[in-house]
Amino acid sequence: MKEFTTEVVETDILVLGGGMSGCGAVVEAAYWAKPLGLKVTMVDKAAIDRSGPVAMGLSAINTYMGLDGKVTQNPRMPERFVEYVTNDQMGLVRQDLVYDVARHVDSSVKLFEKWGLPIWKDEDDNYVKSGEWQVMISGESYKILVAEAAKSAIADLGDKGELLERIYITHLLKDEKESNRVCGAVGFSVREDKFYVFKAKVVYCALGGAVHVFRPRSQAEGFGRSWMPPFVNGSTYALILQSGGELTQMDNTFVPPRFKDSYGPVGAFFLLFKTPATDAYGGSYVDGYPTQLEAWAPYSKAKPCPTPMRNYEMILTKQEGKAPFFMRTDLVAERIRKETPDAKKMKKKLKEFENEAWEDFLDMTITGATNWAAHNIDPLEKPMELQMSEPVFIGSHACSSGAWVCGPEDLMPAEYKDSFPAHYNCMTTVMGLFTAGCGVGACAHKFSSGSHAQGRIVGKEMVRFVYEQKDYKPTISDDTTNRLKEEVYRPLALYEEKSGYTVTGDVNPNYISPHNFLFRVQKIMGEYCGGWETLYGTSDKMLEEGIWKLGFCGEDMDKIGAKNIHELLRTWEATHRYWVGEACARTRLARKESRFPGYYYKHDYLNLDENQREFVNMKYDLDKKEWQVVRRPMISII
Amino acid sequence: MPSYVISEKCDGCKGLDKTACMYICPNNLMVLDKEKMKAYNQEPNYCWECYCCVKLCPQQAMDVRGYADFMPLGAASTPLRGSEDIMWTITYRDGRVKRFKYPTRTTPEASIKALEGFPEANPADLANPLLLGEPDIMGVKELPTQKK
Ligand SMILES: Cc1cc2nc3c(=O)[nH]c(=O)nc-3n(C[C@H](O)[C@H](O)[C@H](O)COP(=O)(O)OP(=O)(O)OC[C@H]3O[C@@H](n4cnc5c(N)ncnc54)[C@H](O)[C@@H]3O)c2cc1C
Ligand code: SF4
Ligand code: SF4
Repeated sequence: MKEFTTEVVETDILVLGGGMSGCGAVVEAAYWAKPLGLKVTMVDKAAIDRSGPVAMGLSAINTYMGLDGKVTQNPRMPERFVEYVTNDQMGLVRQDLVYDVARHVDSSVKLFEKWGLPIWKDEDDNYVKSGEWQVMISGESYKILVAEAAKSAIADLGDKGELLERIYITHLLKDEKESNRVCGAVGFSVREDKFYVFKAKVVYCALGGAVHVFRPRSQAEGFGRSWMPPFVNGSTYALILQSGGELTQMDNTFVPPRFKDSYGPVGAFFLLFKTPATDAYGGSYVDGYPTQLEAWAPYSKAKPCPTPMRNYEMILTKQEGKAPFFMRTDLVAERIRKETPDAKKMKKKLKEFENEAWEDFLDMTITGATNWAAHNIDPLEKPMELQMSEPVFIGSHACSSGAWVCGPEDLMPAEYKDSFPAHYNCMTTVMGLFTAGCGVGACAHKFSSGSHAQGRIVGKEMVRFVYEQKDYKPTISDDTTNRLKEEVYRPLALYEEKSGYTVTGDVNPNYISPHNFLFRVQKIMGEYCGGWETLYGTSDKMLEEGIWKLGFCGEDMDKIGAKNIHELLRTWEATHRYWVGEACARTRLARKESRFPGYYYKHDYLNLDENQREFVNMKYDLDKKEWQVVRRPMISII
Repeated sequence: MPSYVISEKCDGCKGLDKTACMYICPNNLMVLDKEKMKAYNQEPNYCWECYCCVKLCPQQAMDVRGYADFMPLGAASTPLRGSEDIMWTITYRDGRVKRFKYPTRTTPEASIKALEGFPEANPADLANPLLLGEPDIMGVKELPTQKK
């Protein structure tokens, strides 16, 4: 095998992931680190100008309070937001963390505007809020702006600031003197023959959520058109788990009801354009099943209806044979025609609606626009079909998966304090390991703005951590990093050694390709653990079977063969996904109720049980190879 | 599909310091065939159709053909991205054409200085929860908290 050089990077603050939260973290970290002369290093597997789900752009900022009152709808206070998020997540959230995001989020949005993000304004120059919490933007370049700001902050640090792109992080490093502490990470360049060892005093692991753990609906050329981008692959959860950190709510996957196949945003259609969604017979499936939903009271009665309940109504409708569903854009046009008798004004209004509806797609899901055009659909005349996608892990969305982290000092309930080795906001149960955005569990509805704000909270907190832990020095031996290097490149060595045994190398008894490994994980997750294949239904027995089969995937992880560095990237992405899948399946097995029925339900416990209103957390002991379930209480602060 | 490269138009970005499509793809899909000096998508079924490559290609050599799994042939969404807005041409399968233009940014490209205009950080403030510019930037006097 060819030689890979080893590059050792020593730094103070290691920021892994340049997504929304990572970019927030470096701005804030750079600001506070500068007078102290601390070094900040940021690493991403892609180019941060266009990385993560915001790569394509977004058409709305989904979390904004409007504390200054300058909004078209009423300003909202953090308390109301906490109440909303708690109901949406069926009574289970970390209210301290949600509150903290809410009180900081406006400052990130104001920064975005200052940096040049076009935010929609009304005649009074106030932000156009499309719902209680959303502001509309022309956000094609959202990520470019946020990355430009991050790069400028790094540049401000001179030789103490560093951005390294196209490096895939495979493992975190544990300190060899202090067992529950991280002190760096390793990874490989996807462009050069270089292995990287990062040694740091504090590590920020914010590598996004995970998709393609469950099988996506399109499986040939459209395999990559999952709702969530295929480059979001669960490293955050896998790496925290392998470091001994505690994950929470890994059963709570988001199932986005979106435009069939092409996906794309529905928020503006529902909230801004007030578009009705109907079943195949033109009936509203919303509020159609009051008796069945009774079992999920009080949450099923909350306004607005929690996302997992709204999804469940779609499931029930489907079971009744009333699919497909439609987003009735045609009815919006009809309404505009009816309400505006003046022909000129009507034309203008219809044009406005058309322009805004298309922008919603073109700013963030171009495939949706092409799909309309490919089916000769003019949204003003003909509705588009809606469908529920594959389950995804996105702790910043209407989803709670992520790490169990410490809350802010003034808000965290005393009952949680013992879970952490020290009290720093958003530090995991491992010393020196922080996360934010999709990485923070039980703290849903942060979205792009809240992820950025939470990243900033952590950016400052990490500087405080290093400042207060002045004497700490990472201890990591060359033995360990050499062993990891060998492990990281093993798939290449395996392929090189064995591929000659068969004529094409593609099918070979000694290894499998990363794609086929991933497919196996997806098949198990989809068929046993509550994927779309079973209409999101599972049971203890199905999960037990699934976990048994996942165990073989765990063993076969060492038998993935990679042809080249690109396949090596796919190998490590796939193994991280496997970890996420297993954590999910085990959490689902441990929860003996169907708390989030539209995300997944258990045929053997098809009910809500308020005695189980608790967090089901998962840990893994790498030495003993043992999974452990930890239950934590739900404590309200408002 | 996935993105594709039009053979005749791609010049391999030879006059530039880096291959634009290869630099930008968030999923590491674009590669340059150095012999032919043409780029290609090495794994079309892992493409998100995010158009990052299409928007950046200096030769307009890249486009997207709707995924074969579910899209009838014949339609296209074609962007032309400038320094402050983006123009879209939508071509329907039946030949209809729609055009849209949307703003992308209100400041000149590469002009952001995130830390400029803020006073130097004071390490003594590390103990409080206020972030860069807070609370003034939010238009409030103090950070909300929960009275215990
Ligand atoms: C389809 C979709 C639509 C959305 N729409 C909206 C919306 O309209 N409004 C809104 O406000 N929010 C929206 N969101 C939410 C928003 O995108 C997320 O909240 C936000 O991106 C989360 O930020 P993050 O930093 O946690 O993760 P990400 O932004 O995903 O960042 C993760 C980063 O880590 C990098 N990375 C991953 N793994 C590795 C590794 N192993 N090594 C090195 N680097 C790695 C990635 O390249 C990426 O840069 C949407 C999300 C999705 C998926
Ligand atoms: S950016 Fe365009 S011109 Fe440059 S290599 Fe890619 S396809 Fe060819
Ligand atoms: S469309 Fe996006 S995912 Fe596909 S090749 Fe281009 S940049 Fe990569």
